[in-house]
Amino acid sequence: MSNYEIYLAIGVMTLVNYLTRVFPFIFFRQSEPPKFIVFIETYFPPVIMTILILYTLKDIDFNTAPYGLKEIMSVFFTAFLHIWLKNYLISIFAGTIFYMALVQYFI
Amino acid sequence: MMGYGVLGFAFGLLLVSFEYDWYLAPLMSLFIYAGALQFVAIGFFNAKVGLVDIAIASWFINIRQSFYGLSLLKRFKKTAPFKNYLIFGLTDETYALLTTIKDDKELSKKHYYVFLTALNQSYWFIGSTLGALIGSQLSFNTAGLEFSLTALFVVLCIEQYKNLQNIYPFLIGIFASITAIIIVPSDKMLVTSICIALVLLFTFKQKVQNELS
Repeated sequence: MSNYEIYLAIGVMTLVNYLTRVFPFIFFRQSEPPKFIVFIETYFPPVIMTILILYTLKDIDFNTAPYGLKEIMSVFFTAFLHIWLKNYLISIFAGTIFYMALVQYFI
Repeated sequence: MMGYGVLGFAFGLLLVSFEYDWYLAPLMSLFIYAGALQFVAIGFFNAKVGLVDIAIASWFINIRQSFYGLSLLKRFKKTAPFKNYLIFGLTDETYALLTTIKDDKELSKKHYYVFLTALNQSYWFIGSTLGALIGSQLSFNTAGLEFSLTALFVVLCIEQYKNLQNIYPFLIGIFASITAIIIVPSDKMLVTSICIALVLLFTFKQKVQNELS
């Protein structure tokens, strides 16, 4: 993207981000939110997080060596650390360093 | 809260590793101010994603934050003239803080909220600016640094599972993404996955909800 397009994109994200946050304050000041809204807001966050994991991995080529093995190993390593130590900084940083080491030194 | 600064640092570092100007980091942290979305935004820039797709994807990436507002409607009632800033600053971290602290006196409450929100944003702002500045000066091998984004979502995903204890949304997410990867070009994958997932979520609404009770 050119810088001009990036500024536009930042503008759009600023606006949409604020709208998601202000949404309940505009619409549900008096009334209770309708059931389908509550349904989406309860169940969509885990869906989008799963999608985002796969989104970041979408360009892996599973047909040639090492068949996405680096990414799969790193995902499991990060998940293992997080379930074990429950510290998100450790999980994110150690997971990333693990992956960088795999990419830069081994394969 | 320190964690916010460190995560911001990683964001700044990642942004400049793709040769973007360093000042985009503080600009984004000042105006967008959303952790996950800012990381994903780097991917939008790289893939030259269209503005409409960016808007849709941003909406759904941040939809969990609409939920935060719902539980803070009452507490934010008497916070004028800071209310808009408080709503703007309602990130995951800030929400967690605001809902765990105890309210003391009515008078100091709103100033305390504003203080916490601004403190959080300043950690994020300073962290990302430093990351971008230092990253653009140093030259080290950043190959693989983009995995920080994947790791961030793995962590958020595990946290979501702990809260919900329900496997269906994750299965829907996996199915929708893999379908989208197969049927559409790479740059349309995110929005397509969201659409497929919404359809699936409503189709299997009963099943998803029954799991919980």
